[in-house]
Amino acid sequence: MTSSDPMAEIRASFFVECEELLEALQDGLRELDEGTDDGETIHVVFRAVHSIKGGAGAFGFESMVQFAHQYETVLHAVRSGEIAIEPDLLNLFFRATDHLSDLVRTHRDGLDPPKTERAALLGELEAKTGSVPHVETVEEIAFEPIKVDVAQTVMCEDAPTNALTYDIVFAPEPEAFETEHDVAAYLTVLSGLGELEVHCDTSRLPTLNQLVPQTVYLSWLFTLTTEFSQSEIVSVFESIDGACDLQISARSHVNAPEITPTLSVDRSPIQQPRKTDQRAVRSVTSKAVVRVDVDRIERLVNLVGELVINQAMLSQSLVDVGLPPHSDAVNGLEEFQRLTRDIQDSVMMIRAQPVKSLFQRIARIVREASASVSKDVRLVTEGETTELDKTVIERLAEPLTHMIRNAVDHGLEPADARTAVGKPAQGQVRLSAAHKSGRVVINVSDDGRGINRKKVRQIAIDKGLLPRDATLTDAEIDNLLFLPGFSTASDVSDLSGRGVGMDVVRTAIHGLGGRITINSTPNIGTSFSISLPLTLAVLDGMVVAVAGETLVVPLNVVTEAFTLSETAAEQVQPGRFVLRVRDGFVPLFDLGAALGYRPPCDTFINRVALLLTFDDKTRVALVVDEIQDQRQVVIKGLDDSHYRAPGIAAATILGDGQIALILDPADIVANAPKTQARERVMVEA
Amino acid sequence: MSEADTAKPIELLAFKLGDHEYALDIMNVREIRGWTRATPMPLAPSFMRGVINLRGTVLPVMDLAERLGLPKCGQSDRNVIIVIKHGEGMTGLLVGAVSDIVALNEEDMQALPDAAPSDGSGVIRSLTLIEDRIIRVLDLTQILVRAESDAA
Repeated sequence: MTSSDPMAEIRASFFVECEELLEALQDGLRELDEGTDDGETIHVVFRAVHSIKGGAGAFGFESMVQFAHQYETVLHAVRSGEIAIEPDLLNLFFRATDHLSDLVRTHRDGLDPPKTERAALLGELEAKTGSVPHVETVEEIAFEPIKVDVAQTVMCEDAPTNALTYDIVFAPEPEAFETEHDVAAYLTVLSGLGELEVHCDTSRLPTLNQLVPQTVYLSWLFTLTTEFSQSEIVSVFESIDGACDLQISARSHVNAPEITPTLSVDRSPIQQPRKTDQRAVRSVTSKAVVRVDVDRIERLVNLVGELVINQAMLSQSLVDVGLPPHSDAVNGLEEFQRLTRDIQDSVMMIRAQPVKSLFQRIARIVREASASVSKDVRLVTEGETTELDKTVIERLAEPLTHMIRNAVDHGLEPADARTAVGKPAQGQVRLSAAHKSGRVVINVSDDGRGINRKKVRQIAIDKGLLPRDATLTDAEIDNLLFLPGFSTASDVSDLSGRGVGMDVVRTAIHGLGGRITINSTPNIGTSFSISLPLTLAVLDGMVVAVAGETLVVPLNVVTEAFTLSETAAEQVQPGRFVLRVRDGFVPLFDLGAALGYRPPCDTFINRVALLLTFDDKTRVALVVDEIQDQRQVVIKGLDDSHYRAPGIAAATILGDGQIALILDPADIVANAPKTQARERVMVEA
Repeated sequence: MSEADTAKPIELLAFKLGDHEYALDIMNVREIRGWTRATPMPLAPSFMRGVINLRGTVLPVMDLAERLGLPKCGQSDRNVIIVIKHGEGMTGLLVGAVSDIVALNEEDMQALPDAAPSDGSGVIRSLTLIEDRIIRVLDLTQILVRAESDAA
């Protein structure tokens, strides 16, 4: 990076700011679109465009200034009531915003800004305001007004000249309460220092069924105006130090001396992405935000990963020494284990981001896609605040884009076909995200015609992917879409079907440790469900032994484990076994053989069967030799440039320093018939 | 690169595979470590020995002898893993034993005679003589690229 150039750094921060402004802008437009806006919304939208224009002017990005100015002029007319907001106008605003973000991106990356759209959009914008001439001169444009929070100004005027306002974020840890600290006591002391405003942040409070009694979900935000110095405020919290998360930042009004340059205190009322209730946040001003280089977080995550592995090694060596179970060392180690896990969870939370930014990108895709096939499509999003690992979010963008394009292009019927079957002419694409038993489930659904199973089947046969006489269930036919080289669009449109199909989507999702399932009902619509791990860094796993190798099975699919008796496993045909469980039979897979570690075994007696249930409710049983442990493992990516093993998702490092492979059970099952058959041939030969 | 500066010495890491000596450009070598048991990858081609833990990263290990179509290394304590860096990735090459580091000039390297044996299949870049020992200088890219296509 050209960090030596101070201008480059300022520019970089301008572009970061632009991203936030654009996000606020899109939020505002969406509120206007959905009718959930209040009087403030249009001002927020206006200010966002205005700030971008101001910054762009300072850096001499002429095309950006010009476009933002025209956009702003129209917004100003709306704000002053000269033009009414209509769907038509909002549509233009959305497109203008898309273009504005293109301009920001191209300037950031030093590319040529797209010209064709700009002329058209400028024309359209100009048409809205009639012939309002450009009154503002360049000098005026280059000036960036500083946003001043009214409440704060009042406070500053009232307070003595040397008083400062501090934002204090106070989040006690569970230990704080174990050692009998009382939050109220700190409040009392703080209020003695000066003028105190208290806001309790309950946003992390889960529903009752997810509530863990020992976890602290509350944190507090204090706004303190005081003459005491920051170090004196810190000393108030001295006794609880280490058992709480404390961030103190001075507000940066004109002569604030104590502001730390590395902290950028984000107190603009329009940039609160995490809150569910935007409006409530706007009035309460602030929550301190620290902007940190991703590399630093990455380093922290890696270090914590090492810590977890080291801790496992330590446990192992203590076990090997043979210490009694309740000795101090073992107790201490348990405590250490708990702390490690807490640290890990907290670090993962830093990486977690709301899926909102992704959803906004998708909103744009829907707009562009629907315009290019001339369909009227409405995107409904849900669960934007659901948090997911940053890397996962980034790597989801492409598969999701593809799915959304598919939904618009193939899923939804043209308007006349819709009205013919009694549906509203406007098609709907729904995108939702939610937490579900330790994973994040993302749903993409449309209310279109559903999968044309007859056609899918025919195409599969025509392409030689399916024998002519195959009998398939509906679900199996739907899953044909995921076969490599399958594309249903008989005419390849510009929008989708560019040779990449759903198999690419599935590969991408699998690469993230996720699963994708289809559900389609004729004339009601098609729904894709993606289930993803919360993070790519750790996994709760069951450590098992097979043929002398140690493997990790993701715990979230394991529903039961039992030792096989003589009668439990039945051979239904050579090489195919089923396991009798209470309510039926499930296919049994010999893991050692499926992975090619050993020839299929003749008897399963005294081996252990893991009953796995996948997202689509199918069940299988995997035969392993022994269960060794159940614990959290750090996921290490496998370099698959030389070889990509079927059925293996990643690897981890065990307590003894050896590498254990992490299974992808669904992949094993999918590959099993093939591999087991091959194995048998090898053994017989 | 050879035309530009022919006098520039090249350092090679020489090692043994069976009875023959081979060498790699030392600039590609990151470190040499003793043999540790590799975790085998399921259904992998036989030259893929598996993966080992290299200070927290998962390193794929290839049996170089088997990769070159020679009898495989076996598992003696004298075997070592040469960790090589190629682009962003790293790979371990299991070899018999490291014998020497030699410096020589580009002009000392002799191109393979035209009637090259077919089993090496282009992985040998050139030959050189050091104290009457024939050393086969390997083309790393060929080994890795071809490994990828073989495995796929």
